[in-house]
Amino acid sequence: MSDTHAASTAFVRHDPLPPAPPPVTETGIVKWMRENLFATIPNAILTLLSLWAIYTVLSGVIPWITNGVWGAENIRECRELLAGATGGCFSVISERWNQLVFGIAYPREEYWRPTLAFVLLIVSVFPVLFPRAPRKMLILTIIYPFVAYWLIWGGTVLTPILLFAGAVVGYVVYSKLVASNFAAGFFGGLTAAAIAWWLAGFAIDAGSDVLALREVVSRDMGGFMLNMILGVVCVSLSLPIGIVLALGRQSDMFVIKWICIVFIEFIRGVPLITLLFVANVVLAYFLPPGSNFDLILRVIIMITMFASAYIAEVIRGGLAALPKGQYEAADSLGLDYPQAMRLIILPQALKISIPGIVNVAVGLFKDTVLVSIISMFDLVGMIRGPILASTDWNGVYWELWGFAALLFFVVCYSISQYSQWLERQLQTDHR
Amino acid sequence: MSDAAIVSDTSQMKVGNKVAIQITNMNKWFGQFHVLRDINLTVYEGERIVVCGPSGSGKSTLIRCINRLEEHQKGSIVVDGTELSSDLKNIDKIRSEVGMCFQHFNLFPHLTILENCTLAPIWVRKTPKREAEETAMHFLEKVKIPEQADKYPGQLSGGQQQRVAIARSLCMRPRIMLFDEPTSALDPEMIKEVLDTMIELAQEGMTMICVTHEMGFARQVANRVIFMDQGQIVEQNEPEPFFNNPQSDRTKLFLSQILGH
Repeated sequence: MSDTHAASTAFVRHDPLPPAPPPVTETGIVKWMRENLFATIPNAILTLLSLWAIYTVLSGVIPWITNGVWGAENIRECRELLAGATGGCFSVISERWNQLVFGIAYPREEYWRPTLAFVLLIVSVFPVLFPRAPRKMLILTIIYPFVAYWLIWGGTVLTPILLFAGAVVGYVVYSKLVASNFAAGFFGGLTAAAIAWWLAGFAIDAGSDVLALREVVSRDMGGFMLNMILGVVCVSLSLPIGIVLALGRQSDMFVIKWICIVFIEFIRGVPLITLLFVANVVLAYFLPPGSNFDLILRVIIMITMFASAYIAEVIRGGLAALPKGQYEAADSLGLDYPQAMRLIILPQALKISIPGIVNVAVGLFKDTVLVSIISMFDLVGMIRGPILASTDWNGVYWELWGFAALLFFVVCYSISQYSQWLERQLQTDHR
Repeated sequence: MSDAAIVSDTSQMKVGNKVAIQITNMNKWFGQFHVLRDINLTVYEGERIVVCGPSGSGKSTLIRCINRLEEHQKGSIVVDGTELSSDLKNIDKIRSEVGMCFQHFNLFPHLTILENCTLAPIWVRKTPKREAEETAMHFLEKVKIPEQADKYPGQLSGGQQQRVAIARSLCMRPRIMLFDEPTSALDPEMIKEVLDTMIELAQEGMTMICVTHEMGFARQVANRVIFMDQGQIVEQNEPEPFFNNPQSDRTKLFLSQILGH
């Protein structure tokens, strides 16, 4: 016995074992399926059920898309072409493309202007979205609003130039005065800009045909272009206003604090649609008779107020999440309030707030379709009104609403992906 | 307490006879609670003062009053000839002359170590960026972590972070440094590296007020130890007589508790 025992314990390996491949069931696709699809019997049943459900949906949708008709003139022709087979009448999209994108009244020969404005938009948001882009490109971003206004609404080139000049005058006055006192700089800058714009008004009236593009009135804006105008303008205005409101709500100054609280709580407590009706109808009663206050401008003001109240609350959450020590460290180094906010507090608070801000921005962009209720012909307004009501395309719901959904999804999903990328870029704490 | 301004025998560090901080009959309340009662304290240039006492005795509040992180309600505080009032200009001036290190470091997590150190010189002192960076590297070398300059605070250990915080304060070339329990949030291993930095600073003649429980540090570098309890200064003396021959019963009890184990 002792011999065998000794033989089994004392052991020397002379030839090391070569590595062998794992059994088939433990690698690659087989292993993955065993673990993820067929781990247990109920799991396997659910997998089969899901596959069946996916198959049912796809077997309906795919022929609808692949059999789709793109060249028909109207719905009757489309139905004839299909001859009873499953298939979508996508020709409505190609036939009414211009209406879906630009609305019904925008002059056909001027379509290049909003298109160019859209291309420039992409170029000029680039340096804002990507911190590594050359800083000089920010000049594009600064002049873009004036150029886009000129391109879309038309009129004399003096309008954007003088508006821009007025803004520059305001900024110069602000930067001169702000050294001594922030309030003096702020209100001084505003006043200077207002005076400059008022003077510019005369110059624009005098030179109304200098390099003029054909004028297009706000009533004629429509289609997805209108959604883009409202979305882009309101998001970019509501972010700075939201920051100011959030800081104001935290202020030690009693009056400012309460103005901000009342504004935020009131606007947040009211449905957006009522604000839009106010913009459309009621606001006219408060304005001097005969004054013509642009409808899009009124809608922009209302949506911006609405969104900025939400963004203010999101940013307040970010501010509250910062440890008190950050404020104290900034103070103890001798930074004054604007410096501490700009350099220390807001970069961190905004970073925390990115998901919330994006949430509001995406929601806001989709809410721009509500203007169809106050009879503006945005994308949804166009579909509901002129297109579906026409005898040519009465009844092609799936194709049109699917197209509208797709447009919004592409934009909103891109915003969401961008924000996740940005969050990863800004992550400095656990690297 | 002008006696305390005499150079202590434990070191060659010089104490001047110019007053750096003069606190007279200072009182502070948190709501109804009387946190600081009739504080009188004169700190001369080059003095190294350790403030100790049980928690809740007002030590932190006292030094936070000196750079107006807390506001006092009665009495006066004069720092470097400027009286602390509600005048924002005075407050910012004093804050840029008085450096402060916190228990939890309070580095700015979204900025690199170098940016943490150059931010205040660039924005408050209007130092050109290059010069600020050179100064920052000088002080980072002094606290022995120049190689971490491009990292973010979250990548550093606690002890390293606290040394960066000290370097960040020094970059403003302060005349006075305040330390609010700088080693209380650190592992024992890291306490030493921070204390070494502070000792080096003391040897260069920096005016320092430290709230700390490190009695070894107090013995080694302080030329005055202040014991506080219930918002009052109970006892102050040079380290040797303070530790070996405390006068008040409260001090004796406190010392026996923290030195007893």
